[in-house]
Amino acid sequence: MKTLFDKIWDAHIVTEVKDGPTQLYIDRHYCHEVTSPQAFAGLRARGLKVFRPEQTILTADHNIPTMDQDKPIRDEVSRFQVDTLANNAREFGLTYYGLGHPKNGIVHVIGPENGYTLPGMTIVCGDSHTSTHGAFGAIAFGIGTSEVEMVLASQCILQTRPKTMRITFQGKLNEGVTAKDMALYMISQLTTGGATGYFVEYAGEAVENLSMEGRMTLCNLSIEMGARGGMVAPDETTFTYLKGREFAPKGKKWNEAVAYWKTLKTDEDAVFDKEVVFDASQIKPMITYGTNPGMAIPIDEKIPALQHSDTASRISFEKALAYMGFKPGEKLEGKPVDYVFLGSCTNGRIEDFRMFANYVKGKKKADNITAWLVPGSWQVRKQIEAEGLDKILEEAGFELRQPGCSACLAMNDDKIPAGKYAVSTSNRNFEGRQGPGARTILAGPLVTAAAAVTGKITDPTK
Amino acid sequence: MEKFQTLTSTYIPLPIENVDTDQIIPARFLKATTREGFGDYLFSDWRYDKSGNPNPDFVLNNSTYTGQILVAGKNFGSGSSREHAAWALAGYGFRVIVSSFFADIFKNNALNNGILPVVVSEEFLNDLFECVNKNPKATITVNLEKQTITNNENGKTETFEINAYKKECLLKGLDDIDFLLSNKDKIEAYEKNRVFQY
Repeated sequence: MKTLFDKIWDAHIVTEVKDGPTQLYIDRHYCHEVTSPQAFAGLRARGLKVFRPEQTILTADHNIPTMDQDKPIRDEVSRFQVDTLANNAREFGLTYYGLGHPKNGIVHVIGPENGYTLPGMTIVCGDSHTSTHGAFGAIAFGIGTSEVEMVLASQCILQTRPKTMRITFQGKLNEGVTAKDMALYMISQLTTGGATGYFVEYAGEAVENLSMEGRMTLCNLSIEMGARGGMVAPDETTFTYLKGREFAPKGKKWNEAVAYWKTLKTDEDAVFDKEVVFDASQIKPMITYGTNPGMAIPIDEKIPALQHSDTASRISFEKALAYMGFKPGEKLEGKPVDYVFLGSCTNGRIEDFRMFANYVKGKKKADNITAWLVPGSWQVRKQIEAEGLDKILEEAGFELRQPGCSACLAMNDDKIPAGKYAVSTSNRNFEGRQGPGARTILAGPLVTAAAAVTGKITDPTK
Repeated sequence: MEKFQTLTSTYIPLPIENVDTDQIIPARFLKATTREGFGDYLFSDWRYDKSGNPNPDFVLNNSTYTGQILVAGKNFGSGSSREHAAWALAGYGFRVIVSSFFADIFKNNALNNGILPVVVSEEFLNDLFECVNKNPKATITVNLEKQTITNNENGKTETFEINAYKKECLLKGLDDIDFLLSNKDKIEAYEKNRVFQY
């Protein structure tokens, strides 16, 4: 009796190394400009070709500006890195969606929306948020650059089989509570290292009720509690999303695929190494107060009091609050902020823009707020325009930027200034993540929208 | 990859938990296209102030502490998969990182770059912090063949886990690609016989 994870893992074993890892076959490999150049250089140094070039897809996303993408990138070092990716694509014969291409965007947004990501696949990318693709019932995880080179050279990777964990969200979410709130709640309960060594399957009514966008948000954040990845069993929601996508199977092949995908669920009597159950109805809109995603609280609650006994924990807690300019026991609701950021591989999809636009409709952006709204891809941006959301946003005083990772990791010009507070839909509130000295408060798209119009931390359900 | 067998060295304490890879090497330094030079930016935002001057409070700027071993609080290397974190640690000169807990991707990246991550008990870790506090010249000995780590101040030894394959790679300085390519016939056989053809 097998879990969903076991079924897919077992179907991808090429061979087992004696007393060592599994040689796992990889169906889909995504690359971006930051974690791939050294891998291609490695291939070149060894005189190797890409083993299965049709299975690797390249896009530029981390480094690119979110304005004036039709002009050359001004930052020379960034431009060189993006050009290096384009040259590697040409030299090794790989599909590349460069700056301004209609299929360009954040790697974890364009993979699913073009039908490259499919149920039952093994998927890797030199990026920890590769866990996003697990939403389709795939084993998807982030890898380092040496491993990128391995996949390019052999379409395989050596991995130790992780343990399995099932996280069940029973019951229904309340109105105004999003997949991001589920994820932040879960990480706050399990801590930032609480799922290290595990591959997680998300289950339960609240997960089944999520759209594909919501499931991607939830799986995306699996890495923030240390999990190797997260996944959701494919169902009608998955098949409806995929049907007709450009690179998804078509005709007879589609029917065969769906028949196979329907077998991809955990057997009733399968045993997980760990089971966790949450009551979805207890989850409120969440925000973070510290410098890792596990330091999260319901928006109407106070920052915990100082109670860590061992030294390293206390030093870390005090350091985090000092960086954020917050005090133990302080309430954050009503606190003024300076920036809002809607976007990233966590919350840069059409549903996130729908939620944000619906909330700000008929309201105005607060004067003290600088807002960066960055669609996850050109296709998301086109959809925003097709639905007229851009008009709603414009009337409320917001401007849409061009796609990219942007202020999530601030490798381009979109940096939050030192000391400023940003309510962000991205995935990490680490020190300096959004720019040196920047103070990040992670939240879902509704909390972010509420902050954008009130200028302070605001509960969108009130 | 450089071989690793045994090492006795003084060590640098970093008693902070959840040291993420954004702290080890901030994203703005990830624009290089080679593996070299990242050591200069290791822990950049903790190591230097806004004007780029060394921050005297940070341990790497304190000449009292030296060595090829970094001893850090639990959950070291969480966050981003950037291998640049391993390159920065290696570039600075670290060969061993000791903690009570490592993030998964970081652990693989370290091993793929000849850095040995050694998991010890909380108690052993706290002893290391205390010993170096009292005597900055305290040393640790790591023996990969025997899979042991010894605190030479109090003589306590623990064994650590590493899978046999990775141990062999480190002892001999081999990497995974040669191994994977040697299995090309198995990969092709897998492709022909798999459950579902994508």
